[in-house]
Amino acid sequence: MRYAYYPGCSLHSTARDYNLSTLAVCKQLGIELVEIPDWNCCGATSAHALNRDLSIALPLRNLAIAETMGLDVIAPCAACFNRMKSSNVAVNENPELLARMSDLIGMPYSGKIKVLPLLAVINEIGTETIREHVKRPLENLKVAPYYGCLLVRPPETTEFDDPEDPQSLDNLITALGAEVVNWPYKTECCGAGLSISKTEVVLKLTHDILSMAKRAGANCLATACPLCQSNLDLRQSDVEKAYGEKYGLPAFYFTQLMGIAFGLPGASLGLDKLMVSPEQVLTTGVRG
Amino acid sequence: MQAIAEDRIRLTGEKKFCDEITALSGQPVISCYQCGECTAGCPVAFTADIMPNQVTRMVQVGLEEPVLRSRMIWLCVGCETCTTRCPRGIELAKVMDALRETAVARKIKPSEPSISTFHKTFLDSVERMGRVHEITMLAEYKLRSGKLFSDLLLGARMFLKGKLALIPEFLKGRSDIKKIFNKTFGK
Repeated sequence: MRYAYYPGCSLHSTARDYNLSTLAVCKQLGIELVEIPDWNCCGATSAHALNRDLSIALPLRNLAIAETMGLDVIAPCAACFNRMKSSNVAVNENPELLARMSDLIGMPYSGKIKVLPLLAVINEIGTETIREHVKRPLENLKVAPYYGCLLVRPPETTEFDDPEDPQSLDNLITALGAEVVNWPYKTECCGAGLSISKTEVVLKLTHDILSMAKRAGANCLATACPLCQSNLDLRQSDVEKAYGEKYGLPAFYFTQLMGIAFGLPGASLGLDKLMVSPEQVLTTGVRG
Repeated sequence: MQAIAEDRIRLTGEKKFCDEITALSGQPVISCYQCGECTAGCPVAFTADIMPNQVTRMVQVGLEEPVLRSRMIWLCVGCETCTTRCPRGIELAKVMDALRETAVARKIKPSEPSISTFHKTFLDSVERMGRVHEITMLAEYKLRSGKLFSDLLLGARMFLKGKLALIPEFLKGRSDIKKIFNKTFGK
């Protein structure tokens, strides 16, 4: 299996641990990732907040480069995935727009390259194969699977899993030997891009999520988005201060949980970069 | 039912604004029948001035000024919950995008300046380098927003964890990016 790899800006900086663990587990599973040369930022929330054409053109340049590689694209970041997929859907629905956008980016593009979230590719591989790779089952880990918004919504665009009660991450976590906590906030929004500009809103939304996970009996969270992970992990101590509640919930990238279960060394998964230390749940929760 | 709704709006309001937002968003705003599903699921409704269902109503009846000056259109974080749940097939997040774009084009002062400043600063970073460089982007945001002391601890935490890239990554194709910006955002 060979894919064009779109890390996006976060995976090169604030979410380096997501990048490291993605590369590590893909290698284990025989998924070859070829980074899109000279890729640009997808524009994330800000481009579509202010200018529709810009929000379509920026991702399309990356897709046009991927087309020259002849490979479909994997984007682990949920926001990047959503923007690239939205852009692809928009030009496929409207040939006139496709022509205008190709002209704008100065590159031909057919609209035929597929954009996939990493979780979809893992899902395709199947839980049987995942189980075969597990060397250290994640026993005693009680994981709240947190999908966030942009991975599954809107379903006509993402074409991935169920928008209200998705299952792919649940199934993966079960295959890794951990317990999945049943909770109602799988796809609640954390406030994502408002983290810097409207912090109090993010603190409230993140509090709702963390305290619900805690109440449901989780001892950690699994995330699939750098924005979610940063709000839940980096800001967790701020939320604890603001709401006078102690959560102590490590927020792993799902790829880190895979890597741990596959028996890969913690440093190769960027576990040292987690703000809420996973040490306690891992020492009591993982066998082997 | 849609014909009745359209007649009613034609008789009671200004249809031009509704047509403009419908064209820019590609969404049938006129179809909204005020069930309130969007508002029920909206994560930022608790802090907004007008509710998402009020946004569609105001667009339908041509209340341009209050909707374009609302805090709601800036607070919308684009989580797509309303879009996913709307029984009338209106992608409301796209309507919010169109309203912000219209507000900016009409030079209406955003009622949530910190949010609009953040978006602008983020995009300026992309325009310059082709990718976002967090440290310079955040420093610039602080200067522009006047929030000099916010998030210093968070920044320090990220730095200590090696989560901030010190050296920006410049694209080879940044002239292509510049061109895309000039022909869209800069026009």
